[in-house]
Amino acid sequence: MSISVGYYPGCSGSGTSVEYDKSTRAVCKKLGIELTEIDDWSCCGSTPAHTVDHTLSAALSARNLVLAAKQGQEEVVTPCPSCLANLRTASHKIEDEAYRPKVEALLDDSCESAATVASTLQLIVEKVGLDAIKKAVVKPLKDLNVACYYGCIMNRPPELMQFDDPENPMAMDKIMEACGATVLPFPLKVECCGAAAGMPKKEIVTELSGRLLNVADSLNTEIIVTACPLCQMNLDLRQGQVNRANGTGYDIPVVYFTQLLGLALGLSADEVGLSKLVVDPTPRLRFAGVL
Amino acid sequence: METIPLNSPDKDFIREVQERSGQNVQSCYQCGNCTAGCPYNFAYDVSVSRIMRLVQLGQREAVLKSHSIWLCATCQSCTTRCPNSIEVAKIMDVLRHMAREAGYATERNVKAFGDAFLESVEKHGRVYELGVTASYVKKTGRFWTDVDLAPAMLPKNKLSIKPHEIRGKEHVAEIFKRYRERDAAKENR
Repeated sequence: MSISVGYYPGCSGSGTSVEYDKSTRAVCKKLGIELTEIDDWSCCGSTPAHTVDHTLSAALSARNLVLAAKQGQEEVVTPCPSCLANLRTASHKIEDEAYRPKVEALLDDSCESAATVASTLQLIVEKVGLDAIKKAVVKPLKDLNVACYYGCIMNRPPELMQFDDPENPMAMDKIMEACGATVLPFPLKVECCGAAAGMPKKEIVTELSGRLLNVADSLNTEIIVTACPLCQMNLDLRQGQVNRANGTGYDIPVVYFTQLLGLALGLSADEVGLSKLVVDPTPRLRFAGVL
Repeated sequence: METIPLNSPDKDFIREVQERSGQNVQSCYQCGNCTAGCPYNFAYDVSVSRIMRLVQLGQREAVLKSHSIWLCATCQSCTTRCPNSIEVAKIMDVLRHMAREAGYATERNVKAFGDAFLESVEKHGRVYELGVTASYVKKTGRFWTDVDLAPAMLPKNKLSIKPHEIRGKEHVAEIFKRYRERDAAKENR
């Protein structure tokens, strides 16, 4: 099986979430997916752009979909839900013939030909499939209790994202099960972690990420599995801040699903960037026999 | 208790919110589902369902001067759960746009962070994370922002000292330039 798509890594992939980018590329390679990075891609504008102006946001995102099409890519995937939401919103706007000229005016380019976009999670679940993953597992994640946390915008709003269930998504749960892990019924799968409030309004993150960690801990979660760079950063890098604000003492590792999937497929700790995580998952992984 | 005058709704405000968001605010029947699911409600001064009611009542100042519209993270709980299919998060976004235009920024640090982020995109084509932090600190004077993260962050060697420049950064900067020209033209109309 050979799958070939365009790849939009997103800005955090070369900064705070290098391990997500690294493990995504490594897992895709292992699963026979050829990712071709969009040459000279630019920032989607993230949350700040759409809070300022919807057409500005659409133009910043559309630049990448137009670039991808010019480079011969009909479909683009991205690991980051925030990029995904912006790129998909831009897709909708440029498909709308009444709206498209507004975007084209800012872009100074035609948007007639633009790539479509999906998440790498969707690509892996739908195009590779769970059976193929199961067959490819060489190091089952047995004896590992994980909680899958999707974050707020991977699946919402459903009309825009068109993937999985908006209230109880299962894509990551199923991948982790296919890898042999025990997946806990985590009730806060789609609750918000505090998003980009970390810098300007830290108390929002310590409250909301605190709730997530409280519930994960009450389920005896050994590892939290994420698919979003911002969720991961709030729960992992800011876990100390959460502990200090709430008087808790958690040290729950928070990894990207591609890191655990990669390990199960036989990739090394280095190949999935485990050392980049703040809360070290290696003791639990060693105990479970994965490392 | 604060009273809301019902005899003088700002009809232009209601119309503008509807036009810019493409949503029919009158179809909100105040079930409160959005507020019940809003993770930010604990931090809001005006709950999201109340924002919807105030928009219906044409209360421009009360809405645009609320803190809530700056704290909303567009998590889409409200939009996903609205029984009348109102894109509530989109309305919150439009209210933020209108508050910016009116010169209101009740959460100055939130605005400063967004501005610092976009300036970085405009300059480099991609976000330069250290640059955003430095610019945010400069705008707000909050020197100690996240300094406590340094011991955990620095050994991970994730943050590039230099920005990731792209060849098309001029093209990205021009998108911002044309956006500002478009807005200036709108105001002069």
